[in-house]
Amino acid sequence: MNLSALLSRLDPGRVFGIGGGVHPKTRKSLSARAAIEPMPLPPLLRVPLQQHIGVEAEAIVQRDDLVLKGQLIGKARGPVSANIHAPTSGRVIAVGHFAAPHPSGLPVPTITIRPDGEDRWGPRLPRLRPETAAPDAIAAQVAAAGIVGMGGATFPSAVKLNLRDRYALETLIINAAECEPYLTCDDRLMRERAEEIADGAAIMAKALGVKDILIAIETNKPEAITAMRLHDVALGYKIRVKTVPTLYPMGSEKHLVKALTGQETPARALTAELGIVVHNAATAHAVHLAVRYGEPLISRVVTVSGRGVARQANIQALIGTPVSDLLAHCGGLVGEPERLLLGGPMMGQPIQNQRVPVVKGTNGILALTKAEARTDAVMPCIRCGSCVHVCPCGLMPFEMNARIQADDLEGASKTGLMDCIACGCCSFNCPSNIPLVQAFNFAKGRLAERKSREHQQQETKRLAEARQAREAAVAEAKRAAMAKRKAEQAAKKKKADEAKAAKAAAAAAAKAQEGAS
Amino acid sequence: MIEAALSMAALGLSLGLMLGFAARRFHVEAPAILQDIEEVLPGTNCGQCGFPGCRGAAEALAAGDAPVTLCPPGGRPLVVTLAEITGVEVPPAGGAGAVVEEAPLIAFIFEDHCTGCTKCFKRCPTDAIVGAAKQIHTVIWDACTGCDACVQVCPTEAIILRPKPRTLRNWYWDKPDEALGAGEAA
Repeated sequence: MNLSALLSRLDPGRVFGIGGGVHPKTRKSLSARAAIEPMPLPPLLRVPLQQHIGVEAEAIVQRDDLVLKGQLIGKARGPVSANIHAPTSGRVIAVGHFAAPHPSGLPVPTITIRPDGEDRWGPRLPRLRPETAAPDAIAAQVAAAGIVGMGGATFPSAVKLNLRDRYALETLIINAAECEPYLTCDDRLMRERAEEIADGAAIMAKALGVKDILIAIETNKPEAITAMRLHDVALGYKIRVKTVPTLYPMGSEKHLVKALTGQETPARALTAELGIVVHNAATAHAVHLAVRYGEPLISRVVTVSGRGVARQANIQALIGTPVSDLLAHCGGLVGEPERLLLGGPMMGQPIQNQRVPVVKGTNGILALTKAEARTDAVMPCIRCGSCVHVCPCGLMPFEMNARIQADDLEGASKTGLMDCIACGCCSFNCPSNIPLVQAFNFAKGRLAERKSREHQQQETKRLAEARQAREAAVAEAKRAAMAKRKAEQAAKKKKADEAKAAKAAAAAAAKAQEGAS
Repeated sequence: MIEAALSMAALGLSLGLMLGFAARRFHVEAPAILQDIEEVLPGTNCGQCGFPGCRGAAEALAAGDAPVTLCPPGGRPLVVTLAEITGVEVPPAGGAGAVVEEAPLIAFIFEDHCTGCTKCFKRCPTDAIVGAAKQIHTVIWDACTGCDACVQVCPTEAIILRPKPRTLRNWYWDKPDEALGAGEAA
């Protein structure tokens, strides 16, 4: 045990520094007072089959099928994938491709459902009693319910719950830091459904086989902290609420672990190596619903905010609700927004098309006005080191950027490009407005592409060799067949010749006999 | 008769011995580098480099007659590997003589024009085209190297090369257009 781990054990309230980080204007007050509200059924729901990291789900319904609320419509493929369920009852009107809620707007396999307005539940998953359920059964239920990390990473939660097989786990951290400005969905969820979150956390702790549950909340959410502190015991597990400073990116998994335990997760390793698993608060809520009531993940709380939207709100939206319907429900846009984002302003992704749907990882829809978005002109780097000071990963963004601009991607990755979490602190703090994190995102993509091309190169070689071997074998077989035929023909000819000779000999003998007689 | 056979046998034997001796005596060791180079080349013998197959290209590279950027299907990763093997400097990307890092091309078959003649899939070095006689052929994207061989043999010009379509899996952000800031820094 190292010093920091010892310290955290001696003083449970202690919070460690993470190094770096920035203090953007949180602007959470825009939507923090708006209670979670339901939304009327939209006229169409577009449910993408790829809402998670991993392999896309396989559609198991067809056009014109009638589906019931909670019915499985997309089946997980492979170990890292997630089930997709119908968010309401209605008719499937298309199984095809539609623009993804992604900056590229590229098409993604999507099931389009026209709700029938009755919102009729189909058979739910069999309920589990977490008090007596086996850890495997809980993880299986979470997988069946299609639950993925709802903080935005969308990694299938069941895979994370099964980490107990490979690592010695001690602690479950519920990440409720919600460090992104504007977003208040987890805040509201904790204020209004604290008991459910605590129960979900305890269920996950049971599945993981850990004793220790920590809920990490930033200091700027006092109501949520009070609410969660009221529910400090669930399923016999003691739940500790720890407040962490309001600092972006506190909600990054590895940085949260550092702040709470003082331990640094090794580069490109899982926090499970430290015996810690981190799940989001909204994920805990979804687990509670799935295990206690057998309800799959078909809706989530979405913060609609920014000064570009008429009314800021927190909405319980069905998965597949088009962004345009959510905006319309909030009174529509006020003028043309400078930026329309899915997620928070620091790491959120711009979208071009308002008809794209809300998915399991969508925690916010932000319409930012010109005053809120930064559009200042880029100036030269003056090597002031502002980016280095705020980088929570201890990197040198200006150096990495210089290398990327010089097309030296290998050099950039040697200076730590792959350890960058793309939090955007460097770009935020740059006095010259240099798009640093944008360059890193580009470089990571380019490097990944190169890697896949390298892999393809090897595959090509294998294919070419296989083909050459096959052609050689075919030629060999042909030669053998030819030789065989030749031999056969020769044998036939020989036989015929022999027969002819015998005949001739017989004839000659007969003639001789005739002559003799 | 017997003399003729004997003399021919003697001649054959002596010539054989001479050849065997010459092979041993004047043996030229194939440079080890040739083997290394041939190993990293794609081995599809597509001919885009202008040399007779990958072996020919390897020989030219080993002799220093060809630049390390000669193999278009290999792309930049191959350039780096070849430069390492041959000990030359990697040509800087974007500079003169550099391999232009284009989007990878793959073959695409216009099904309306395909007559099912099977010429292309007989020619494909990586078996990336599937089809049968009088059936429309199609290209397996993941196996296609964009080597152009099928385009050359198609009698109805039904095959073109086009950039590999972008999907959610291989999409990434464009390079931010801010050469100013970083250019000064570098």
